[in-house]
Amino acid sequence: MSLDAIKIAGVEKIYPGENPVTALQGIDLTIADGEFAALLGPSGCGKSTLLNLLAGFESTTAGGLEVYGARVSKPGPDRAVVFQEAALFPWLTVWENVIFGPQVQGLPAAQYEVRATETLKLVGLENFTKHLPVQLSGGMRQRVGIARVLVMEPKLMLMDEPFGALDAQTRLTMQQLLLDVWQALKKTVLFVTHDIDEAILLADTIYVMSARPGRIASRIPVDLPRPRNLDTLTDVHFNEMKKRIMHEMRH
Amino acid sequence: MISLSYGQRGGRAALAAFLPLVFFISWETLGRFDLLVDGLIPTPTRVLQAWWTWIAGPGGLALNPYSGTWASNLWFSLERVGEGYLLAIVIGVPLGVLIGWSRLAARMVDPSIQWLRPIPITAWLPFSIALFGIKDFGAIFLIFLGAFYPIVVNTTQGARDVDKNLVRAARMMGASGGTLLRRVILPAALPSVFTGLRIGLGIAWTAVIVAEMVAVKSGLGYVLWDAYYVGRMDVVIADMVSIGLAGYVSDRVLVLIESRLLTWRRLQSY
Repeated sequence: MSLDAIKIAGVEKIYPGENPVTALQGIDLTIADGEFAALLGPSGCGKSTLLNLLAGFESTTAGGLEVYGARVSKPGPDRAVVFQEAALFPWLTVWENVIFGPQVQGLPAAQYEVRATETLKLVGLENFTKHLPVQLSGGMRQRVGIARVLVMEPKLMLMDEPFGALDAQTRLTMQQLLLDVWQALKKTVLFVTHDIDEAILLADTIYVMSARPGRIASRIPVDLPRPRNLDTLTDVHFNEMKKRIMHEMRH
Repeated sequence: MISLSYGQRGGRAALAAFLPLVFFISWETLGRFDLLVDGLIPTPTRVLQAWWTWIAGPGGLALNPYSGTWASNLWFSLERVGEGYLLAIVIGVPLGVLIGWSRLAARMVDPSIQWLRPIPITAWLPFSIALFGIKDFGAIFLIFLGAFYPIVVNTTQGARDVDKNLVRAARMMGASGGTLLRRVILPAALPSVFTGLRIGLGIAWTAVIVAEMVAVKSGLGYVLWDAYYVGRMDVVIADMVSIGLAGYVSDRVLVLIESRLLTWRRLQSY
């Protein structure tokens, strides 16, 4: 009955040039509404390229992409993106960064200010609204990166290795935060990562990608119960799952 | 930025003042012993006297035509610089943002700017006089032109170098067209814009002096040339220092505005 969140059919991406590079080939992928999907693979397998195609930052060479039944042609607030390096506007305060989306969309302030305050509380930054991005740590910056897209209430969130640049301790904190946020809001998420632990901990379904040319090698459902937390990382089932995926990725 | 203790500051000021002090003392001393060609190079004290009369002397038809005219001449120059410079900002900044952002605009406008730019503003002087006559606008046109090039070129560079992910983030959140230019490209390019503004301001002062020496009958540049003609080297030197001061103060004002607008940049460089 419900529309699929993401529907990718026969997508191919070739970067032209003297030595054309086939980044993606024969990608078919369907992600259900409310699903947390992880794209797992080594660097250079095209997982970020696939995310950029969905975001509308780049265009396909062949094949079609649909998000909630609408063909992807350009970037838009219906497909919120969280970048690896947060990509906050350095000249805007935390608050101004968070309300940037609704503001440029021309929404009246009354409509988003309450939501922005709540979102900042949700990510634990309610006391940092006047800070500039340079005054924040990497983890806090990424919290702003998440808050500024949550405030747009998108149905789909595309996350491109959002915790990849953080130190191990902060990464764990952020993973817990994302688990909590997802548990509360149940958005559809496509999460790009090369970290097996992270993929298992967060996702309902893991899509393992292989490189050159980038394609989807296997689909692995994660049947660990929710709500999850960092204890899940030491669960017996977690380790079995990890063993299976590591085996899978070696082939 | 490293903050210095009071003692270190004092030490630095003394170090910076050392060379000028030696210079002025030897200049004055040489003058007192008639070792300078008198009439050609006046002593510092005579320059100060002439400057004082120029600033605060009685106006009207005194024997000294410069008496009491300093402020009004400074104002004439300031006004011209202000007008030409503002015109250069109003046209140069938006144009630079557009050239840096749009490939179409770059291909259409950038070559013309690059062809015109090698013509020194001094070379435009006869043309400008022919076109506008001995009037203010000839000077303003030269100032505009001189300031315009560095402003437009630096703004273009800044707009071109904007972090790709910032643009992507903005579009993802629904920004496009003018909103994107105004809210993302321009602020991201602002550090380069200010580089252009500061270079442009320096050239604007050069342009106003050249223009006033030739094309108009008022201002610090006019006085400079006029005083030279009648052999008033004391006024010439006082005028030179006045121009230097005006340029310095206006640059400081610009730096002050810059540091206000670019707080985020200053914090970033820690």
